Amino acid sequence: MSHQKLNLTLKVWRQINAESRGTFEEYKVAVSPDSSFLEMLDDINNELERKNLEPITFESDCREGICGTCGLVINGQPHGPIPRIATCQLHMRNFKEGDTIYIEPFRAKAFPIIKDLMVDRSAMDRIMEAGGFISVNTGSVPDGNAIPIPKDIASESMDAASCIGCGACVAACKNASAMLFVSAKVSQFALLPQGQPERYRRVESMVKVMDEYGFGSCSNTYACEAECPKGISIKNIARMNRDYFMAKLKTENLEA
Amino acid sequence: MIKLDSKVPEGKLEEKWTNHKFNMKLVNPANKRKYDIIVVGTGLAGASAAASLGELGYNVKAFTFHDSARRAHSIAAQGGINAAKNYQNDGDSVYRLFYDTVKGGDFRSREANVYRLAEVSNNIIDQCVAQGVPFARDYGGLLDNRSFGGALVSRTFYAKGQTGQQLLLGAYTAMNRQVNLGTVKLYTRREMLDVVVVDGIAKGIVVRNMLTGEIEKYSAHAVILATGGYANTYFLSTSAMNCNVTAIWRAHKKGAAFANPCFTQIHPTCLPVHGENQSKLTLMSESLRNDGRIWVSKIKNDMRKPNDIPEEERDYFLERKYPTYGNLSPRDISSRAAKEAYDDGRGAQGQEAVYLDFQEAINRLGKKVIEERYGNLFEIYQTITGDNPYEVPMKIYPAPHYTMGGLWVDYNLMSTIPGLFVAGEANFSDHGANRLGASALMQGLADGYFIIPYTIGNYLAGDKPILVQTDHPEFNKVQKEIEDFISKLLSIKGKKTVDDFHKQLGRIMWNKVGMGRNEKGLKEAIEEIRQLRKEFWKDVNVVGVSNDVNQCLERAGRVADYLELGELMALDALNRNESCGGHFREEYQTPEGEALRNDEEYTFVSAWEFKDVGKWELNKEPLEFESIKLATRSYK
Ligand SMILES: Cc1cc2nc3c(=O)[nH]c(=O)nc-3n(C[C@H](O)[C@H](O)[C@H](O)COP(=O)(O)OP(=O)(O)OC[C@H]3O[C@@H](n4cnc5c(N)ncnc54)[C@H](O)[C@@H]3O)c2cc1C
Ligand code: SF4
Ligand code: FES
Repeated sequence: MSHQKLNLTLKVWRQINAESRGTFEEYKVAVSPDSSFLEMLDDINNELERKNLEPITFESDCREGICGTCGLVINGQPHGPIPRIATCQLHMRNFKEGDTIYIEPFRAKAFPIIKDLMVDRSAMDRIMEAGGFISVNTGSVPDGNAIPIPKDIASESMDAASCIGCGACVAACKNASAMLFVSAKVSQFALLPQGQPERYRRVESMVKVMDEYGFGSCSNTYACEAECPKGISIKNIARMNRDYFMAKLKTENLEA
Repeated sequence: MIKLDSKVPEGKLEEKWTNHKFNMKLVNPANKRKYDIIVVGTGLAGASAAASLGELGYNVKAFTFHDSARRAHSIAAQGGINAAKNYQNDGDSVYRLFYDTVKGGDFRSREANVYRLAEVSNNIIDQCVAQGVPFARDYGGLLDNRSFGGALVSRTFYAKGQTGQQLLLGAYTAMNRQVNLGTVKLYTRREMLDVVVVDGIAKGIVVRNMLTGEIEKYSAHAVILATGGYANTYFLSTSAMNCNVTAIWRAHKKGAAFANPCFTQIHPTCLPVHGENQSKLTLMSESLRNDGRIWVSKIKNDMRKPNDIPEEERDYFLERKYPTYGNLSPRDISSRAAKEAYDDGRGAQGQEAVYLDFQEAINRLGKKVIEERYGNLFEIYQTITGDNPYEVPMKIYPAPHYTMGGLWVDYNLMSTIPGLFVAGEANFSDHGANRLGASALMQGLADGYFIIPYTIGNYLAGDKPILVQTDHPEFNKVQKEIEDFISKLLSIKGKKTVDDFHKQLGRIMWNKVGMGRNEKGLKEAIEEIRQLRKEFWKDVNVVGVSNDVNQCLERAGRVADYLELGELMALDALNRNESCGGHFREEYQTPEGEALRNDEEYTFVSAWEFKDVGKWELNKEPLEFESIKLATRSYK
C-alpha cells in the first residue's frame, strides 16, 4: 500500500436533464492510489454537498463488477483503460500523478442521458422480455440430473451467461450495436438442451425488438469484445447470426 | 401487545407442509386474474415470487428501485446454493440439511420453517436447471457440488463464482416471460416509501418515482415485501451501495413486528478496509475456505512479510481450535476467532487482517486446479489489492454481511399486518442467530417459488380481502406524510453530508454492536445513536430538489431509517443476555471463550413492536424444539 496521494484533474460531463446541453466541468482532486475510481467520485460529491452544490449523478450498486449498474466512459473507453473489469473495479493506482481524466456517460441512441453520467438502458430489458427465457412454469420440471450436460458445453454456456448487462458493448460500438449483449443470452440457451425447443423463435423475437429500439447493426469491428468487462466472446455473435439465418429459413419455409 | 401466532400446522414435522398444502384454501383459477398482488423487490425472493404468481394467473405489480430487475443485490452472491439432493452419496438428506441449519442457527429458529426449507431445497435445483441456469458439472455431465462452512457433506451447487448472478438471471428471465405475457407489470426506478394499511390490513404501497420525484400510489389485495437485508446499517458491509432497510422499516412503523434485529452475520472472509474513503467491503467467497488455510503469526506485532514467516511460527488458529471443522467452521465462530487473533496483537503485519493461504493447496493439487476453482476470485482480489494470491497469501478480515433478523412472519410468511407478506432476507424466518453459507439463496428461492404462491392463495381465498382504491383517504394521508418527510429533509440545510452521518453511525455499530457486544457498550451505543439522530435532523444537508433525480435525497431517507433501526439493534442485543450465533455478548462465554447460550430464558424470538421513535415493546415467540434436542453447538 502506498500513501502518496495522486493529484489529478477530472473533466466530468454534467448535464441537467435529457433535453439540456451538457458540458465538461473541471475538478482537481488528490486521491489515494488504493481508492477506487467511484470512491474518488464519492469524495468529490461529499465535497460538493458540503458547499451546497449538486453532487455528480452517477450510478453504481454492487461495486464488485457483477450487477452491471455502473458504467462510465473514461478517457474515451467504456469502463476505463484496464481490460475485463467494470468501472467500479477500477482503482486509482492505474493512473499517474498529474493525469487529466475525462469522464462521460455511455453514449448511444438507445441509451438516452437522464442526468450527468446516468443513462437509460431499459431497452436492454425490453429485448430480454421479448424472448430471453426458457418457457417453464414453476414446479413440474424433471430432476436436475435427468439430462446430463457435458462439462465443456455447460461451461461454454456459463461463459456466455456471465454478461452483466452493462451496455459497454453498445457504448463501444460506432454503430451502437447490441449484438454482443443479445448474442450472449441467445448462446447461453442455444448451447443447452433445455434451450432447444424455443431456439429459433427466441432469436427472432429478440432481434426484432433490438432493431425496434434503434440499436445499430454489427460491422465486425470487435470494439465490443475489447471493452466487455466479462470478456464475452464475439463467437457468440457468429452463433447468433447462424441461428437467426436458420430461423428465417424456417419461418420462410412455413410461410411458403 | 401483538398476538404472535406462528400458525405452525399440527402433525409430524415431516408431514406439516404436505398437510398444510392440502388444507389450504385455493383460489378458483378463473378468479386469479381478479386479484392484484404487489411484489416489492426483484431479487431472488421477489422475482421468483412475481414469476410464479404471474404463472398462476394473478395480476402482479413488481417494484424495484433499480433501473433493471436484474441488478438486485442477489446478483452478487458468489459461492453457491444448498440442496439436500445427496447426489454425492455422502449421507446427506432433508433431515440432515434441516439439522445443520437449526444447529448452525444456534437453536434460535423455528423448526417447522427450517424443515420446510430443507424439503423444498431439491425442487429449487430442478427448477433452476430447467430454466437454463448453467450450474457447474462434472466430467460425466452431472451436477457438481462443493462444501461450505458448517457442513460435513458436499451439498452446495454453484455456477463458477457467480451463483447468485445465474440464479437471479434465472428468476429474472422467468419473470420477464410473465412481463411479456402481461401477467406481471414491472415498475422500475420506484422506491417504496410506505405501506398503506386500512382497518389493520395491508392494501397497497406508496412509492417515489426516482426519475420525476412524483409520489405514486398503488393498491392491491396483498403486498409482498422482498426487499433484502439491512447490513448497510454498518455503513461498511458487503451489501451493495443501495441496499437499505426502508421498505421493512416503514412497514415496521405501520405495525409489523421486527424480529431479532440484533442477529447480524459478520462474514469471516472479506477484504480488509483500505482507508477513510472506503465505500463498501468486498466479500471473498467462503468457498475459498475449502482449500485455503487461515493463519496468523504466533508472535505478537510480527511485521514480517507472510512468506518470510516459517511454518512453525504460524498459527492455523481455526484448525487448532476446531479440529473437526477446521477452516470450514461456521461464519460466526470463524469471524470471532479472527477478531481474537487481531485483539491479541497478531493481525497480519499489524493490520486488522488475517492470512488466507493457498500455498499448500497449490502444492497438493497444482496451480491449474486452483485456477479452475477460484480463478475469478483470485482475479478480483488482485484487481482490488494489487497482490497476486497465487504467490502471496490473501489478507482477509470479517465484515457485516447478512442480517438474520427482519420482519416477523408466521409459517405462511405473513407479517403481523394481515395481507403483508415478507420473503427472502427481509424476513427473519429460517436462519436463527446465524446463517450457514449457501442458505440465503436457497431461502429466497424457496420463499418465492414454492411457499408464498401457496400461502398467498390461502389468504386470498380464506380472508377474501377487498381492493381499496388509491383515492381512499388513507392513501392520501400516507402520501402527504411522505411529502412532508421529504420537504423536511430538504429544508434542514445543515453543514454535514448524509455520508458523514452514515459513517458515524457505522462506526458506533461496528464498535459496539458488532462482533463482540457488552452491556456497557450497548448502553453507550443507544445514547450515541439517539444523539446522532437528533443531530441529523438539525444539521444534515440534503442538496437538490424533490421533483428531479436526487440521489442525495434517496440516501438521506435511508440513513434516517438506519438511525432508528440502529437503536433497536442495540436494544435487542442489550436485552438478550446470552451469546448465540452472530450475537456474542462478552459477559456470556465459556472459559474457552465460546458462546454461552441461555436456553432457559432466551429460547424465543424477540418481536419488537413500534410505539414511537426510540420506543418499542417486546413480544416473545417461544421456540419449541420437538425434533432436535437443544445442545451446545460444537465444531470441535
Ligand atoms: C457479496 C455477497 C455474497 C453472497 N453470497 C451468497 C452465497 O454464496 N450463497 C447464499 O446463499 N447467499 C449469499 N449471499 C446472501 C444472499 O445473496 C442474499 O441474502 C439474497 O440474495 C437476498 O435476496 P433477496 O431477494 O431477499 O434480496 P435482494 O436480492 O437484496 O433484493 C432486494 C430487492 O428489493 C428491492 N428493494 C429494496 N428496497 C426497496 C424499496 N424501498 N422500494 C423498491 N424496491 C426495493 C431492490 O431493488 C431489489 O430488487 C451473499 C450476499 C452478499 C452480500
Ligand atoms: S456483453 Fe459485455 S459489455 Fe455487453 S452488456 Fe454484456 S457484459 Fe456488458
Ligand atoms: S457497480 Fe455493479 S458492476 Fe459496477
